[in-house]
Amino acid sequence: MIDTKHYNFAFLDEGSKREIRRSILKAVAIPGYQVPFGSRELPIGRGWGTGGIQITLSIIGKEDVLKVIDQGSDESVNAVNIKKMVEECTGVEITTDSEKATIIQSRHRIPEIPMRNDQILVLQVPTPEPLRIVEPKESVTKQMHAEAEYSGMWLSLFEDLTLYDKISISSEYPTMVENRYIMNPSPIPRYDNRKLNDSETLYLFGAGREKKIYAIPPHTKVESLFFDDVPFETENFEGKSCRLCGATGVFLDEIVDEATGEKVYECNDTGFCKGRRDRQHGNTNFKN
Amino acid sequence: METPILRIDHLTVRYGNTCEYCRNGGALNKNTCPHCKTVWACNDVNVQLYEGEILGIVGESGSGKSTLMKSLYFDFDITEGQGYLQAYKNGQEDIFAQSLQQKKYIRNHIMGMVYQNPMLGLRMDYSSAGNIAEKLIAAGQRNFGAMNDRVAELLDAVEILQSRKKEPPKNFSGGMQQRVQISKALANNPAVLLLDEVTTGLDLSVQVKVLELIREIRQKFNVSMMLVSHDLAVIRMLADRTIVMLDGKIIEQGLTDQILDDPQQPYTQQLVHSLL
Repeated sequence: MIDTKHYNFAFLDEGSKREIRRSILKAVAIPGYQVPFGSRELPIGRGWGTGGIQITLSIIGKEDVLKVIDQGSDESVNAVNIKKMVEECTGVEITTDSEKATIIQSRHRIPEIPMRNDQILVLQVPTPEPLRIVEPKESVTKQMHAEAEYSGMWLSLFEDLTLYDKISISSEYPTMVENRYIMNPSPIPRYDNRKLNDSETLYLFGAGREKKIYAIPPHTKVESLFFDDVPFETENFEGKSCRLCGATGVFLDEIVDEATGEKVYECNDTGFCKGRRDRQHGNTNFKN
Repeated sequence: METPILRIDHLTVRYGNTCEYCRNGGALNKNTCPHCKTVWACNDVNVQLYEGEILGIVGESGSGKSTLMKSLYFDFDITEGQGYLQAYKNGQEDIFAQSLQQKKYIRNHIMGMVYQNPMLGLRMDYSSAGNIAEKLIAAGQRNFGAMNDRVAELLDAVEILQSRKKEPPKNFSGGMQQRVQISKALANNPAVLLLDEVTTGLDLSVQVKVLELIREIRQKFNVSMMLVSHDLAVIRMLADRTIVMLDGKIIEQGLTDQILDDPQQPYTQQLVHSLL
């Protein structure tokens, strides 16, 4: 039982939390730069969001309200387990309402509603190094970042366009932060990349297995890489709407109706979708 | 008097801590100090390269030819010496004393390099188009269409079919790989092209094609070249002037015909007479 009686508030000892917060501060001071940190052991497997959890546990206070989403869903196994763990060791309020939350921990998505400056979004990252696809050695990628030597990354985009006539990266689309560091935005869809630019909120990225933390502070310039004559494109949901709430202009999941074989669409952000449906049915407790 | 487009003064590359004996010019065992075992890979080398000329460099294995070339392309750090490029700040600043960024600028904008081993110069798993575009990207080009056009132009220049531009060099023959390397090296219209044993390991008919291509490129682009080879026939065919290196030092230099027909140094005489 991970409770506050047997464990320190937020599971980690205060020294660990302080060290992680120091790494976060450094990451905020150098947007897009990957800060190494001493990733702690947690009662959860590496690769299951331990980077995000350590950030959340280090910054959470008793007054905070936490929301955890996994691929847009509040109810997936990963999200539910993380919520349960944080709730047990902190006693903070847990919500599925993006507006009510002060900290949102997420994997693969940024919520549909615009984030505010009194909120923090913590993103779980499996592979923080964007240059890993072009260079396997950590010592070399570090040097490439130091020298801003990003030809290899551009070359991989050129290669995609040459071979497939389009850029085939669907998630983890590389971004340039403040014209300095190329950064992996975590496995969010391309659709969410634009939300990183000049945002009101603070984005924190944690990779527990790879022991790296990086950040995008509010109002930071974040550009998805593109060629002068090949603009950056996001997933296109034009003419499609959510079959549950009718929302348009949001990131949709494509589902094949087993009975009819027809393709249907649902909001990927389940909290957003539920809020809309509640509102449509007169339940105004939910603000989305 | 004509100004060289590249001037190398007193270039020295050595590996080891040196001792008083070798520092004071004591006789070396080949290029190695008999006392402290310091290797003097290049020892006080002075070279001038003039516009539009091909300068041949010959010598036995370990004579310092490739070290000289790779030093010029900043693959190695030099120990001592200066280099001046007319195309870089009008030849007023030592290229070896520049920052890492400036060296990259020189490498990407002013120089081109073709290695003996295509593995060093190409990414074998990327398309040929991508390999050539890499040089353009490194020089700051970010227009896909313009890069594609340039790639097409360069592939034509080295006689590789457009239909093969998506294929990776690992699918190509040795000669074709060298041609892709040459087109990559030419991508940014370099002032100086460095060719390090480009025909070694190729069969004779392919060698001839590559050599003719080099000659055509010189005529078409008026690019100055430094050509390393241990094959004197290659040097005779292409080089206007030739320098002969032995144990890290230049022992003889002059017009190619003069060097090959009337060698003055015993080593050069031996080299010329050892032709099969």
